[in-house]
Amino acid sequence: MAAFLRRRLLAVIPLVLLTTSLVFSLILLLPGDPAVALVGLENVTEERLATVRERMGLNRPLYVQYGLWLARAAHGDLGTSLRTGQPVTEALRDRLPVTLGLAVAATAFGLIVGFPLAVIAASKRGGFTGSCASGIAAFGVAVPNFWLGSMLVLALALHLRWLPATGYASWFDSPWDAIRHAILPTLTLGASAVAEITRQLRSALQDTLTTDYVRTARAKGIGERGVIWKHALRNALIPMITVSGLTISRLVGATVVVESIFALPGLGRLNLEAVLTRDFPMLQGAVLVMVLIVIAVNFLSDVIYGWVDPRIRLS
Amino acid sequence: MAGACFLVAVIGAAVLAPLVAPADPLKQNLSDALAAPSERHPLGTDDLGRDVLTRLLYGARLSLGAACLAVAIAALSGVPVGLMAGYAGGALDDLLMRLVDAVQAFPALVLAMAIAAALGPGLVNVMVAVGIVYIPRFARLVRGQTLALREELFVEGAHAVGASHGRILVRHILPNLTAPIIVQVSVSIAFALLAETSLSFLGIGIKPPTPSWGADVGRGYRFMRLAPWLVFMPGLAILLTTLAFNFLGDGLRDALDPKHTRRETAT
Repeated sequence: MAAFLRRRLLAVIPLVLLTTSLVFSLILLLPGDPAVALVGLENVTEERLATVRERMGLNRPLYVQYGLWLARAAHGDLGTSLRTGQPVTEALRDRLPVTLGLAVAATAFGLIVGFPLAVIAASKRGGFTGSCASGIAAFGVAVPNFWLGSMLVLALALHLRWLPATGYASWFDSPWDAIRHAILPTLTLGASAVAEITRQLRSALQDTLTTDYVRTARAKGIGERGVIWKHALRNALIPMITVSGLTISRLVGATVVVESIFALPGLGRLNLEAVLTRDFPMLQGAVLVMVLIVIAVNFLSDVIYGWVDPRIRLS
Repeated sequence: MAGACFLVAVIGAAVLAPLVAPADPLKQNLSDALAAPSERHPLGTDDLGRDVLTRLLYGARLSLGAACLAVAIAALSGVPVGLMAGYAGGALDDLLMRLVDAVQAFPALVLAMAIAAALGPGLVNVMVAVGIVYIPRFARLVRGQTLALREELFVEGAHAVGASHGRILVRHILPNLTAPIIVQVSVSIAFALLAETSLSFLGIGIKPPTPSWGADVGRGYRFMRLAPWLVFMPGLAILLTTLAFNFLGDGLRDALDPKHTRRETAT
């Protein structure tokens, strides 16, 4: 297991370096002087520009600039927001729990609903219930989450008044309020999680149901329910570890839209505000954190997968 | 088949929009603002009195066109990358795939927004951003297929008669990749459509007053309580079109990939 962990870590390090260099190089896409983008048009003075150029090493080779930026980022210095003047790291730290909580809740919802749907879709393939389950998965993949969120707000918040339309409540202030405010965003984000998990688990189950040991189980007279629950599902669940990791990673990106609709103070909405106000230090910081979350989650799911399936860590 | 028929109808309506649309998509009529669906306005009007059906038809042109542009950029960039990586192997393959991994580590919408922010506003910039995000899908697909194909006897035969590497790639390997690429294009257009409409909804993609499905949902959201059709109609159009592209992709995969069909019928 230690050797497997070492191998995975060695594979992650170049990935982190490559992704951070891509985040850094976003500034190179900017037309004109990058120093102006970092200072902000309203604050442009020769003195400020000179300070930024010196600090960021903008007159030095690109690899030096990247090194300086990475070294500062590693020490928690991602610059200052052009819009609010707040240190970027502070803003990210405040917003991160909201986004992570939403992504995890949506993934959990996806697993709770997607799991039985996948079993139905695989076991009742060709039948009405199987087709309905597959149809729900297809709907989840195709539905635009901004539209689904809008429809949920219209129906459950504005029309029936069961739940609040927007806003965020902290779990530590009021757990009940936190749950009420989290339901609609979780449903909105979770729809695509349900779809992804249903499709992947259905596919894994269908593959498993064609294997020799399942054929043997059927030949021994075990009923279809026993074949699925006692034999096929165990092996079909193993790839779900990777799928769950990929789902969380994808949902972190999708929080941009959901947090905007429901006015949640998360990383996604921070990202959007930074884009709309061209707050470049904040944008770089938010993108960097989101990418690192994705890499960390994928790394963790690889490690868990290797721990559960010895064939993976020994290959 | 149903997906293909629906898409033909949508594309036909988009192309013929100037002929079939009942009104001018930009013409405002404040006295008719937020009118409910009626005989005169089958899908109602928006807050500026503009006909929703007309804007849906014209919006289809831009939204579908933008999605196709993004996928074209992704395919034209990703296919050569995948071909080179799969055919050359070794260090070039490692380098290209590590770059692809790095791009794939970015959440798609986040990367598209960041690139769009750096390049500046505008539909083309946004679709270039979305196209870059989808390059890894094509690169990985083509690389995997190329790795298998380069071991085939017909490739060995082409080497033996002195064909250059470029000729082998273009004349021998690439034609065998047409089917999976076509399937990937169909599925990718669905995702690109969702990405473009999401970006337009957020105010980053197609800007008003230009009709666009995503931007119209974004604008209609403010008046949702008074005029829910402003959100419902364009959103439904996006959903059905995306579903149709997904079904088309699934159908093409079944028709063009015999191994996939054999596995499906074996269960």
